[in-house]
Amino acid sequence: MRIEVSVNGAPRAAEVEPRLLLVHFVREHLGLTGTHWGCDTSNCGACTVLLDGEPVKSCTLLTVRTDGHEVTTIEGLWSGTELTPVQEGFHQEHGLQCGFCTPGMIVTGTAFLERNPDPTEAEIREAISGNLCRCTGYENIIKSIRWAVEHPARSRESRVGSRE
Amino acid sequence: MGATRERHTLGDRMLRKEDGRFVRGKGNYVDDVQLPGMLHSAVLRSPFAHARIESIDTSAALELEGVHAVITGADLEAQGLAWMPTLAGDTQAVLATDKVRFQGQEVAFVVADDRYIAQDALELIDVDYEPLGAVVDSRKALGEGAPVIRDDKEGKEDNFLFFWDAGDKEAAERAFQEAEVTVRREMFYPRIHPAPMETCGSVADYDVSTGQMTIHMTSQAPHAHRTLFAMVSGLGEHQIRIISPDIGGGFGNKVPIYPGYVCGAVASLVLGHPVKWMESRSENLMSTSFARDYHMVGEIAATKDGRILGVRSEILADHGAFNAHAQPGEEFPTGFFPIFTSCYDIPAAYAEATGVYSNKAPGGIAYRCSFRVTEAIYLMERTMDVLADELDMDPVELRRKNFIKKEQMPYHSVMGWEYDGGDYEGALQEALRIAGYEDLLAEQRKAREDGKIMGIGVSTFTEIVGAGPGKQCHIAGIEMFDSAELRLHPTGKAILKLGVKSQGQGHETTFAQIVAMELGIPAENIEVREGDTDNTPYGLGTYGSRSTPVCGAATSMVSRKVREKAKRIAAHMLEAAEDDLEWTGERFQVKGSPEQGKNMEEISFAAYTDVPEGEEAGLESVNYYDPPEMTYPFGAYLCVVEIDRGTGQVEVKRFIAVDDCGVRINPMVVDGQIHGGLAQGIGTALMEVIEFDEDGNHLNSSFMDYLMLTSMETPKYELGEFVTPSTHHPLGARGVAESPTVGSPAAVVNAVVDALSPYGVQHLDMPLTPDKVWRALRENGG
Repeated sequence: MRIEVSVNGAPRAAEVEPRLLLVHFVREHLGLTGTHWGCDTSNCGACTVLLDGEPVKSCTLLTVRTDGHEVTTIEGLWSGTELTPVQEGFHQEHGLQCGFCTPGMIVTGTAFLERNPDPTEAEIREAISGNLCRCTGYENIIKSIRWAVEHPARSRESRVGSRE
Repeated sequence: MGATRERHTLGDRMLRKEDGRFVRGKGNYVDDVQLPGMLHSAVLRSPFAHARIESIDTSAALELEGVHAVITGADLEAQGLAWMPTLAGDTQAVLATDKVRFQGQEVAFVVADDRYIAQDALELIDVDYEPLGAVVDSRKALGEGAPVIRDDKEGKEDNFLFFWDAGDKEAAERAFQEAEVTVRREMFYPRIHPAPMETCGSVADYDVSTGQMTIHMTSQAPHAHRTLFAMVSGLGEHQIRIISPDIGGGFGNKVPIYPGYVCGAVASLVLGHPVKWMESRSENLMSTSFARDYHMVGEIAATKDGRILGVRSEILADHGAFNAHAQPGEEFPTGFFPIFTSCYDIPAAYAEATGVYSNKAPGGIAYRCSFRVTEAIYLMERTMDVLADELDMDPVELRRKNFIKKEQMPYHSVMGWEYDGGDYEGALQEALRIAGYEDLLAEQRKAREDGKIMGIGVSTFTEIVGAGPGKQCHIAGIEMFDSAELRLHPTGKAILKLGVKSQGQGHETTFAQIVAMELGIPAENIEVREGDTDNTPYGLGTYGSRSTPVCGAATSMVSRKVREKAKRIAAHMLEAAEDDLEWTGERFQVKGSPEQGKNMEEISFAAYTDVPEGEEAGLESVNYYDPPEMTYPFGAYLCVVEIDRGTGQVEVKRFIAVDDCGVRINPMVVDGQIHGGLAQGIGTALMEVIEFDEDGNHLNSSFMDYLMLTSMETPKYELGEFVTPSTHHPLGARGVAESPTVGSPAAVVNAVVDALSPYGVQHLDMPLTPDKVWRALRENGG
């Protein structure tokens, strides 16, 4: 089937099998490997992307369903050297260890703060409860999202990952 | 906001250098590896726990467009590859030839253009099975008439695997005869799974033109895996390169070699294409190494006032269909279980274990645990509470009475270990202070009056981590040292290459901090590389909390070797005798003339531009560190739970963890490791379990039924810091990441049993799911 979909702001046209899962489309057809495949059952959220701004689990969404819609992956959240406050928050608060769940967490957290710019801890816990993390025990992830709340401006002078 | 421009060294809460790629989605995991001409694969797995294979017909699958190969056990048998050795010295079927021995066992391997076609092809393979009776409950494995699982072994007529014992049986027997009080408790540590968020996988890339095999794989031990690949495949070790890229969590799951890796390599050799193998979540949960699965009996003999005279334990160990136990050598069939006397001064101890085969996935590995220490500590800490209950004594008081005193260090346990310092009383005191123990007890009395079901549980323990020493601990004979190679470049920037492999532990940051402290250059200027066998020194890998104890020590030692040479160069630069120089931590300077000195940046430049006569150019070294002893991190944990009377749901209200891992290289990373380990330990206590029906069908083969803690169930952790430097480590550091998984399950169970004690409950086996707790309440009138 032929689909036309906007991915990270760029129009994409593709011929795909009806059964192709969105996670495999973005990873293997588009080479956007920041979206991860962690389970097959929508439980872990490592594959979370935004569909028209709403977080969805791309491991259980057929690619053809995105025809005419907008998909945003982790790679679409930042540009150049600039990180979003949520990304920066994960660095500042040690919100990641192995990094495998991190893109899904950041995508979920970003969409959540759009809706609720000043959440309580309990609200953050609920917001990320569809994303599993096996490394951090969640506490620093909650702090990371909270960090973003307290530092809403895009971090212009971020040096995360830069090496002297 | 960005990271501050401080110069970081050991002891700083330095933000992680590796974060940049991960928060951008630019990590490079095995499944992200895309190579030109790469083919995909899928594994046909057994639907039965135990069945004879009558025939396999792959012809229809081979005819499917896009399928390149279908490999069966018979194909591998022709190459002598149908079976492979396990880390425990057993054999494991790569692809089944005669029988399948657990549900999910590998039967055929399909290689195709993409993963969808490969999956389609699985449907077209016709296997004729003759189902056999299955051994599911290890307690029936040795029973009369139990089907023999390993009849591939000549003369094998039962499911017996091993018998092991340690300690002084007679001395323990005497202690029990003479004791005023004895307690005995049976308990089961259920089968669980490490379940890292990234499953296992590989991309095997055989280059026909050069004869080189490169395998990108989810490996916690790339060097050891390369050696094992060479031994099994017949390829030269120099022709194999293992690249372990970013690893999405390991926790022991990525220590063994799995059939998928071997099949991928064989397929790439045969087809001349790179071949990717990547498990689904169900495949990961069903077929890769499980952990625990120990039926245990704990016994304590004591005086009336709570002084322990002896302990005994008896284990029935289920190792699955193939013994793929991860352990530091065959001499340790129960790993480091002999640490079970823990932080207590116990004069007599004896432990014995019987291992059996069953029709379940092979294992068991050291899931976030230094080789069965989790089981040992759970047994001890649960039995301690049983004794406290019997004596009607505060569990805290009972532990205090039996702690090894800090004055007794270095303590030699009756089981033969030498401890490297510790203050167990001090750590417990700190945990009680944070908890406000007296107030908590008052709160519990009040809660009970109000009809609430509240419990308090404690767990105090020592771990044992950092295998070697090489003379005691090995993998397939290779001694468990580890290594670091350090090179300073002309501008004073350094590259450090390690024999270990991070799976999220933050090595790129913490190991740079060690060099920074040793050489006085900022950690920001040190790049850490690991996971590529062509470009790092030989090491045994990351598991059993051994990175800091062994490789961290190697990093210290290699830095000191570099500093020795730097001193000679500095002497030349300063025109001074070496003996007249002193190291300030930042630079070498002439004693008595602090204005005359050279720092490592200046010395590095001279190493390439102005070396003294007779000295080689360059500034680099390598160290292979064989630890003289292991390290013994310890902790004191306290858990507060509340139970919903209507549903049996356990809520962890508070969790206090005081850990002593010696000198902390990066306290932020240490805290992060403890958080994660606590979540896994609490999850183990409350919800994680792999179970089977009586036919051996797996009941928890997806994340819909293998439950792990989410952000909703995790408490806010209350951590305390306690530092007693290790006397077994050049930096005074110990491993830490496994202490929380070792110590926390018992704290949770003790808290739940304490909560339920007014209803006559003395013990419940994990996981403490709502239905189990609700039933226990109901049966006891709660």
